[in-house]
Amino acid sequence: MERSLFARQPSVLIFIALLAVFTIVMVILSEGFGLGLVSTSTIKILGKTLCLCLVAIAMDLVWGYCGILSLGHFAFFGLGGYMIGMWLMYERTKDIVIASLAGGELPPTSEEVREAIGSQIFGVVGGSDIPAIWYFADSLYAQLALVVLVPGLLALVFGWLAFRSRVTGVYLSILTQAMTLALSLYLFQNDSGLRGNNGLSGLQNIPGLTEVPQSVVSVWFFLASALALGLGYVVAAWVVSGKFGNVIRAIRDDEARIRFMGYPVEAYKLVVFTLTAVIAAIAGALYYPQAGIINPAEIAPIASIYLAVWVAIGGRGRLYGAVIGAATVSLLSSWFTGGQVPSIPLGFYTVNWVDWWQVLLGLGFVLVTLFAPKGIGGLFDRLVRKDAAS
Amino acid sequence: MPRIFYLLIAVVIALAPAYAQDADLNSLLETHQAKIEKPSRRTIGPVLDALVASQLPGVAVFLEKWREKDLWQRKADGRFFFVEKADGGQLMLIDVGSGAEAGLADKKDLKNLKPNSGVRGVIAGALVQFQLSDPDPERRLQALTALERDPDASHLSILRAAIESETDPAIKARKERLQRLLTIQFGSDQQTRVAAIESFAGDPGVDARAALNPLLSTSVAVFNEKPDEDVNVARLLVPGSDIETEAAYQLLVDAGKARPIVPLDARKAALVENIENGMVAGIPVAELVTQSARDRAYLALAADGTVPPLVTKEEQRAALADHVFAEVYAEPDQVLTTAARETLANISGTVGFYQFVDLALDGLSLASIYFLAAIGLAITFGVMGVINMAHGEFIMIGAYTGYVVQQYIPNYTVSIIVALPLAFAVAFLAGVALERLVIRYLAHRPLETLLATFGVSIALQQIAKNIFGTQARPLTSPSWLDGAWVLNDVVSISYIRIAIFVLALAFLGLLLFVLNKTRLGLEVRAVTQNPRMASSMGINPDRINMLTFGLGSGIAGIAGVAIGLFAKVTSELGSGYIVQSFMTVVVGGVGNIWGTLAGAGMIGSLQKVIEFFNPSNTLAAQTYMIIFIIIFIQFRPKGIIALKGRAAGD
Repeated sequence: MERSLFARQPSVLIFIALLAVFTIVMVILSEGFGLGLVSTSTIKILGKTLCLCLVAIAMDLVWGYCGILSLGHFAFFGLGGYMIGMWLMYERTKDIVIASLAGGELPPTSEEVREAIGSQIFGVVGGSDIPAIWYFADSLYAQLALVVLVPGLLALVFGWLAFRSRVTGVYLSILTQAMTLALSLYLFQNDSGLRGNNGLSGLQNIPGLTEVPQSVVSVWFFLASALALGLGYVVAAWVVSGKFGNVIRAIRDDEARIRFMGYPVEAYKLVVFTLTAVIAAIAGALYYPQAGIINPAEIAPIASIYLAVWVAIGGRGRLYGAVIGAATVSLLSSWFTGGQVPSIPLGFYTVNWVDWWQVLLGLGFVLVTLFAPKGIGGLFDRLVRKDAAS
Repeated sequence: MPRIFYLLIAVVIALAPAYAQDADLNSLLETHQAKIEKPSRRTIGPVLDALVASQLPGVAVFLEKWREKDLWQRKADGRFFFVEKADGGQLMLIDVGSGAEAGLADKKDLKNLKPNSGVRGVIAGALVQFQLSDPDPERRLQALTALERDPDASHLSILRAAIESETDPAIKARKERLQRLLTIQFGSDQQTRVAAIESFAGDPGVDARAALNPLLSTSVAVFNEKPDEDVNVARLLVPGSDIETEAAYQLLVDAGKARPIVPLDARKAALVENIENGMVAGIPVAELVTQSARDRAYLALAADGTVPPLVTKEEQRAALADHVFAEVYAEPDQVLTTAARETLANISGTVGFYQFVDLALDGLSLASIYFLAAIGLAITFGVMGVINMAHGEFIMIGAYTGYVVQQYIPNYTVSIIVALPLAFAVAFLAGVALERLVIRYLAHRPLETLLATFGVSIALQQIAKNIFGTQARPLTSPSWLDGAWVLNDVVSISYIRIAIFVLALAFLGLLLFVLNKTRLGLEVRAVTQNPRMASSMGINPDRINMLTFGLGSGIAGIAGVAIGLFAKVTSELGSGYIVQSFMTVVVGGVGNIWGTLAGAGMIGSLQKVIEFFNPSNTLAAQTYMIIFIIIFIQFRPKGIIALKGRAAGD
C-alpha cells in the first residue's frame, strides 16, 4: 500500500500547522474579531501576501519542478483578478444605480438599469454600452467559473501551441513574456472592454455586504486566502509526490531522455502549465478584492519576472521555498518602499531606502543566483540535514 | 524723317495720360476722401477698385501704408500724406503721389487713419495683385501663401495676369498650380473648370484633393418620386441598407412628410404626467418595470386621446416605401462632378502607391531601429547562448552617455560625434564587467543567467533613476538632422530616421567585416560552433566570450544614442525595447546577423502595416504583432534563418 501524502512529505504537515497557528493568532489580534492589536491595513497586507505565496507555489510547480521558466504566470493571476473584479464592479454599480433610480416617479426598467450601469462603468473610457464580455458579470457563480476557465483556457491553448512545436528553455521564457506583454497592451486599450488603463476599481466593496465593516471583510478574505494557500500547498505537494511528480522532475532534468522512454512529455508539461495557471488565477481572484483595484500595469511582464525572482530567492524545487521567497521579498519590499526604514546618512550622501531598495533587491538577487542557487530554502535544507546528521 | 516724327508724337500721346494720372493720385484720393476717412468693409470696395483701375504707380505703396496704419490726414484741407519723424517733435509730410517731402507739420494738426481689421483685410486682398508682381521673390511667395490660405473668386484674374511676367520658374509653377486650383472653384465656364479638374489626375498633393472634395460634397434628400433630371444625384439610397431606417424616417419627419416618432423619454414623461392614484391608465405604477408594460400603458393613454399616438412600425415602413431617398451633390453641374469623381479616383490610386512607398520607408526605419537595438543581443545570445536581460539597460547607458556629453559639449554636431564612440566605450566596459563578475560563473545555466541579468537590470535602472531623476532628459540632434525629406504630400521621412538607417547599415557592414574577415571574427565563430574544440585549437574562449559580450553591449550603447535622438531619455528607455529585441532575435534566428536583419525587417514592417490599417490604435498593433509572432514561432521555432548542423544544438 502506498504511504499517505503526509508521510511522504512531512513538510506539508509542518507547513499546514504553522499556517494555521499564524492565521488563528492574526485573527485573534485583528481589529475585526479580536483584540485590535493588528490594524485592518496590516491584515490586508498579510492576506495579499498569502495570495502571492499561493501564486509563488504555482510558479515553483511549473519552474522548480517542471523546469518551464514561465514569465507569464502573473498574467493568469491578473486575469483571475479581472474576472472576479467584473462581478464585483458590476454588482456594486448596479446597487448604486438602483438606489439612485429608485427616487424616480416610475420604477426603472431593466433596460434603464443596464444603460445606467454602462455609462457609470464605461463613462471613463467614453462609452456607455456594456461590452459582450460582461455578459455574465451579474452572476457570481458564472464569474467564479470564468476565474478558472479563462486563464485555464488561455494557458491550455498557449501551452499546446508552444509545447507542440517544442519551444523550450529561454525561447519559451521569451514567448511567455511576449504573451504577457500582448495581454497587458491589449488591456491598456480603451476599447478592450475592461476600462483600459483605468482598470477595475472599488473592488474592496463587496456587493450585498455594504453593512459589514472593512475590518471584518478583511479578516474574511485573510481566512479565505489562508485556506486557499493551505489547499494549494496540499494539492501541489500531492502533484509533486508520486509518479507524476517523478516524471515532471525528470522532464526538468532531461527532457529528451524522458521522451525517448515513451512518456508524452508535451502532455505532462501542458497539464502542469494549465494547472498552475488555474492556481495563479485563483490566487489573483482572492488578491484583488483585497487590493481594491486592478489595472493592466499589474500584468506587465516585469511582474511575472518578479514572481520568478521570489521563487528563486526562496529556493525552487521546494514548495516551502516558494512560500518563504514570496513572503520575504514582498513583505520586505512593502517595508522598504513604505518609507519606514531609516535612511543611512553617509555624510556626502544619504541612502534613502525608498530609492535604493530596488538596487538592493537587484544586487541581492544576483548574489543569491551566484552563491546560493538553491535560495533560502536551500540554506534551510542544509541546516536540517546537519541536525539530522548530528 | 516725318515717319519718325509721327512715331515720336504717337509715343508722347501714349505716355502722356500716364504722366497726367501720376500727378493725379492726390486728386483721385480727394474724390474718395470721405470713404477713405471713414472706411467700412462694405463701402471700401469701389474705392479700392477705382484706385487699382487707375494703374497709378503710387497706389501699391499707398495701400500698404494705409493697411499698416501709417497714413495721415492734414486736418486743414483733408489731404493725405505719409510722414517721417522730424526734429522738434514735428513730422515731415511726404506727398502720397510723388514721394517728395511736402513740409513740416505739427502732430496735432494731423490725424492718423486707422482702418479696422475688416477693412485692412479687404485692402490686403487688393494689395495681392501688386505683391504677386513684386520684384522681391520672397514677397511674391508670401502673397501666394496668403492666396492659398484664403482663396477668393476675384483673385483668379489677378493671378492669371501675374503668371505671364513671372521669371522665377519655381514661383511660376506654383502660380500656375494655384491658378488651376482656383479655376476648379471659381472658373467662369464648365470647359475650363473641367480642364482644370482633369489636369490634377494622378497628383498626390493635399491641396488638389482639398479643392476637388468640396465639389463632391453631398447631402441626403427626400423625394416623392424619382428625382428629376436637373437634380445632380450621386446615388439612390435604400432605407435599411444604405441608410438607417431611423435616420431615413427622421428625414421624412424633418421634411414634414411624416408624423414624428414619440421618443422614449417623451413617452416616459407622458406616463409620469398621467399617474393617478398610483395607476397609469389602470395599470399600477409598480408593474411598469418592463418596457412592454410601459408600452401597453402608453397605448391605453393614446387610445383615450390623452397623448399623441405612437407611430407603428408598419406606418414607418409604408412612409419609407412611399418616398425616394438620394444623395444629392451640392454642385448642380453633372459634368463637373463626374470629372471630379474620376479625377479623385485616379488620384487615390496614385496616393495609394505613395502611401505604400511611405509605409515601406516607415517600416524600413523602424526595422533599422529594431536592428540596432537587437544586434548586440543577437551576438551575445548567438555566441554565448546567454540571455542578457540587462541589454535594455546598456541601451539606456548609451543614451545617458550622450546626454552627459551634451552637457559638456554644447555644439550638437561635435557632441554626437564624441558621444557615439564614448557610448560604445562605456557600454563595452559595463558589458565586460557584467561578463567577468556574473555571467562567467553561470555558464551552462541559461535560465539562471536570465534571472541574474534581470537583477542587474532592475538595479541599473534604479541607479539611473537615482542619478538622473525620473523626468525625461533631452538628447538634442544637430540642426542638420532637423526636418524631413519630403517627396510630396504623402511621402516624407525625417532626416534622423535616415541617419539611423545609415547607422544601422554601417553596423551591419562593420559586423559582417569583423565576423568574417578578422582574426577575432574567426575565433568568435569557432567558439560559437564548438567552444571545447576551439579551446583545444589554442583559442581562449574566456577572452572571446568577454570580448563578444563587450562588443554586443557596446553596440547597444550606440543604439542608445540613436534612440535617444528621437525618444526622450529616461531610465525606462531600454526596457521598452528589450522584449521587441528578443522577438527580433528569436524570429530572425539565433546566432546569425542576417537572421537578425530579417527579423528586424519583418517585425518593423509588420508593425507599420498593422498600424496603417488601424492608425488610431498603436497598442492594438503591438498586441496583434506579438500574437502573430507567437503563431509564427509555431511554424519556424528556430527563426527565419536557422542554424544547421552542430551549431544548432540546444
